[in-house]
Amino acid sequence: MLAWTIYISFAGALLSALLPRSKPGLSRAFALSIALAGLGIAIAGYAAGFAEGRSILVDLPWIPSMGIHFQLAADGISRVLVLLTGIAAVAGVLFSWNVDLRTNQFFAFYFALIGGVYGVFLSADFFLLFVFYEIAIVPKYFLIAIWGSTRREYGAMKLALYSFVGSAMVLIVLLAAYSSAGSHSTALVDLAHAGLPVPMQMWCFPLVFIGFGILAGMWPFHTWAPTGHVAAPTAASMLLAGVVMKLGAYGCLRVGIGLFPHGLDPWGFTFLGLASWRDVFAVLAVIGIVYGALVALAQSDFKFVIGYSSVSHMGFVLLGLMALNQIGVTGAVLQMFSHGVIAGLLFAIVGRIVYDRTHTRQFADLETMHLARRLPFAAWAFVVAGVASMGMPGFSGFIAELQVLIGAWQVAPWWTIAAGIGIMVGVAYTWRALQRAFFTDRIPTAQELETEEHHKLAPITWPEIAGVILLGASTLIVGIYPRILLAQIEPAVKALLAGGVQ
Amino acid sequence: MISEASSFTPQTIASPLTQLLWLIPALPIAASGIIALLKQPRRKLASTLAIGSLSISLLLSLWAFAHVLAGWANHLAVRETYNFTWIQVGSAYVDLGWILDPLAAVMLVMVSLVGLLIFIYSVGYMAHDENYTRFFCFLSLFAGAMLGVVISNSILLLFMNWELVGLTSYLLIGFWYAKPTAAAAAKKAFITTRFGDVFFFLGMVWLFAQTGTLLFYNYGAGSLEGLALNNLLAQHAAFGITVAGAIGLLIFCGAAGKSGQLPLHVWLPDAMEGPTPVSALIHAATMVAAGVYLIARVYPLMSAGMPLIGHPGVTALNGALAVVTWVGALTAVFAALIAIAQNDIKRILAYSTVSQLGYMMAGLGLGGVAVGMFHLITHAFFKALLFLGAGSVIHGCCDQQDIRRMGGLRADMPLTFATYAIGMLALCGFPLVFSGFWSKDGILEAAHSGAIQGPYYLLVFGALLTAFYMMRQVSYVFFGYWRGHHPAHESPRVMTMPMAVLAFFAIALGVIGTPAWPWFRSFLNGQPAHFDFHGFAEPGLLSLMVMSSFVVLFGLWLGWKIYGNKSPSPEEPDALEKAAPALWCGLRDRLYVDEFYGITVIAFYYWWARVTDFFDRRVWGGVVAAVAWLFQLWARFNNFFDDSWINGGFDKSCEEFSTGGGLLSRVENGRVQIYLRILAAGMVVLVAILFWMVRP
Repeated sequence: MLAWTIYISFAGALLSALLPRSKPGLSRAFALSIALAGLGIAIAGYAAGFAEGRSILVDLPWIPSMGIHFQLAADGISRVLVLLTGIAAVAGVLFSWNVDLRTNQFFAFYFALIGGVYGVFLSADFFLLFVFYEIAIVPKYFLIAIWGSTRREYGAMKLALYSFVGSAMVLIVLLAAYSSAGSHSTALVDLAHAGLPVPMQMWCFPLVFIGFGILAGMWPFHTWAPTGHVAAPTAASMLLAGVVMKLGAYGCLRVGIGLFPHGLDPWGFTFLGLASWRDVFAVLAVIGIVYGALVALAQSDFKFVIGYSSVSHMGFVLLGLMALNQIGVTGAVLQMFSHGVIAGLLFAIVGRIVYDRTHTRQFADLETMHLARRLPFAAWAFVVAGVASMGMPGFSGFIAELQVLIGAWQVAPWWTIAAGIGIMVGVAYTWRALQRAFFTDRIPTAQELETEEHHKLAPITWPEIAGVILLGASTLIVGIYPRILLAQIEPAVKALLAGGVQ
Repeated sequence: MISEASSFTPQTIASPLTQLLWLIPALPIAASGIIALLKQPRRKLASTLAIGSLSISLLLSLWAFAHVLAGWANHLAVRETYNFTWIQVGSAYVDLGWILDPLAAVMLVMVSLVGLLIFIYSVGYMAHDENYTRFFCFLSLFAGAMLGVVISNSILLLFMNWELVGLTSYLLIGFWYAKPTAAAAAKKAFITTRFGDVFFFLGMVWLFAQTGTLLFYNYGAGSLEGLALNNLLAQHAAFGITVAGAIGLLIFCGAAGKSGQLPLHVWLPDAMEGPTPVSALIHAATMVAAGVYLIARVYPLMSAGMPLIGHPGVTALNGALAVVTWVGALTAVFAALIAIAQNDIKRILAYSTVSQLGYMMAGLGLGGVAVGMFHLITHAFFKALLFLGAGSVIHGCCDQQDIRRMGGLRADMPLTFATYAIGMLALCGFPLVFSGFWSKDGILEAAHSGAIQGPYYLLVFGALLTAFYMMRQVSYVFFGYWRGHHPAHESPRVMTMPMAVLAFFAIALGVIGTPAWPWFRSFLNGQPAHFDFHGFAEPGLLSLMVMSSFVVLFGLWLGWKIYGNKSPSPEEPDALEKAAPALWCGLRDRLYVDEFYGITVIAFYYWWARVTDFFDRRVWGGVVAAVAWLFQLWARFNNFFDDSWINGGFDKSCEEFSTGGGLLSRVENGRVQIYLRILAAGMVVLVAILFWMVRP
């Protein structure tokens, strides 16, 4: 059933392109129904998954000469991320309700991207996964380059180039694994069971981990993220942070750790206190957490703050993966979901609710606008999203980061302590942004009050309210009752850690 | 004292009441949820819901208290828990649960009772505010979260409620967010307390990693019970501190943030920007006391491995409790000093709260749970009373908060004056009649019997300062003559009645904590209580009481001597300012702690952030740009190469081809025999090549 998420999205992309350009309302309604259908399937598939465990959805021969199959499968990790994609897709459509420029084409690219993302999360074949991964890159470029804002061509090109460098590295590993396994198959299961030689895993693992890690915002390969996020239109930045960064993290987990577990073994010597690739990437993750938070603290553009905060939060995902224990990796998967929802909400508020009304994202300008009074809904939504983002108990981020940090502590306490600094700075940058954008310290001048009178901000529309409720409720439900996701993540992680894919 | 084993039989089997304990915090939280959905004009319904739900919580709390009391009367040490697994990941069990023991029971009654009185008071105080509904929504949420902290048997559940408390505190300080100072104060409070909470969080993770459980008590398997504690004591973290001590210190950092201990006290005075009922409930009676309660809750961890205090022959103070004691004592004096030179009626009380919280911490460190907790309970009542009194004064003086612009209010607001005076005397520790005297004396007594006398002298000095600054405030506000513009008026009954109830408790609570009948201590420690005047006969006790009474009376006399009935005009410098201007300025500017943080910690963080930002923009951005530039250079070179060599070569070869074609065309002349000849030659060459290839 879950396979239909992919077909529906691609069909939606094609049909959307055929819709008349002169009727944006039609395109929107169509897009919303496609996204809702995808979400419905994702929820139904998720609900069915409680009883199923890992299941093969489709298995058709595709390129028989190379033994490549069109094989889709779902386990708990996939289902959670498909669910996330469904939620993000609906929210993205809701927050793109005001796109008037070539609306039909916008949604065509949008669903091509969504379809690729669904495909990656459901692929059980390395080659197929790679194909979907490539499919997802292309529409991103067009979404940013055509509908974007600040330095959009630069941002789009940078993102595309970074992505392709990453996928080139993945391709090398794909070919190496295929020819070395000798099983005449690219199915993840077969490759995992092929018993690839340890020295080969030793060089394949870092290559594929960095290759996917680039898209997960791994420091120091993160610089595409802030510029890309800022340049992208609201829906695209929501998807970028919400699901595309998860593609990278998912690849790191499914392919990196799943196929090359021995790549994490100790080298047998230490270099600068690092004894394995695991140490290296854990250190990079911790640096990313602290560094992303600090850079976010120094920004003067509202959207850049959120962009860098994504780097910081994705650091928790990578740290959880490198903890390599049950609780850490489970936390990492939960953090993928959590960050997807929360970052989506933050970008929606900044990009759609605020920027589309004020036409500026500079704190210096926003400070003169007294938005808490003029857009109370936005202010409260940002308070909720902000506390969720900084890991307030009751929201999904808390339980995810708690698990990651417990897992990391069991391996090396100082990872957790260093990440603690990141949490501290996280509070500071969130509250600084909140304060400067909404609750300004400045007393309004008479002239400002007059301007406010004459330039009333457009009222909040229903799609915005619906989108905020959808995302806010998602993080709240998972935060209060995390078992709803953990029940499926946990066995899948257990299986993955125990022996490759199955 | 603290480690005296309970003579009672432990009772740990959960009664049905314990299973229902979650209702106590859940009711106000549910009420808050419903109020959140109400429209703004439904004011009456909002306050009714909030007050109604908290009333039920109070009844349940009283029931729970009665249950524990009944157990105590039957010589049972009640410690009932109800635990369940929230999530399970692999072999890690993340458990939550709640607990009913004397500590929780006492705290439950205090929080719900004081909370209820302040809710009622708020009906009058906030009557004219347009966001009345939102106010009761937040207030209910706060009450629920605070009650949740109290009943938590899991450090995680406690932490979650703890954070929720911090969040509601943020929302309520910033309640009048249109006022820039309020918004800034809310932010400051949140960030400062979160700073401490990160250490608390790390302590929690460490505790979990070491003991494998998040529960405090779990039939012998909890983290505060024998097995786990011994394990924590057997290991050393660093600098000779055991793991138990190190975790205790991390948790104390969180407690210090919430309870405004040095050096994290800076947020509490600013938090007075919130509405006065909020100051009374959150920043005087309950939330700020949560830190003290937390230390009391994890006391076995803090005191583990310590020699028994108060036992003859054992002298050394060590481990985490020594830190708690010193931080508490220093905070007590530091804040009291600053309170002398403040002119805002609420800020004086705020610094006084910081100072009193220091007393509680010192009491915990020196005398054990019962000593610190007794001061917590009495303080909750009289400090809430003082804040409500201050609110009544502010209300009556048309939102004036500067004590130099008040005066002579004892005639205009007699009820407020009478109750305020009771609260003030209780806070100062006026001998015999007031509860504050007994609870403060308990702390002084414990400090006096300690090995190191430093904290004792600090605390005595603090008592002197307390009497002095409270006398100064009362003289300015209630004595002399009125210096405002509009005449002051007394507050409505709905505000004065709660004050009267609190005033009653400010006096009456002293009864349960006298040396003759130390009921409170016996109840918490699970021992029988006897009425016995020989309690006073303990060596040194009577002389200590006389000495502390003298200190208090001297402080009051000094305050009256300098400020009584004088009513200087607002522009005139303070009497002390004339005597010692430099010292005065230092105290008035709060000893420059905020400024110090501004140029150190905050500046450092921003500097670090800017450096990182620069690094990201210039260095990483530069690397990316350089790589791009190199590729472009390469591309240009390739382009040049392509243009002039490969393409040139292609053109050249095309020319060659056309020339060759011209030449070949001469061969293509239609003579078949020549074609065949060429074909045959080709075949021969092909066969020769094949033979050469397949040769062995």
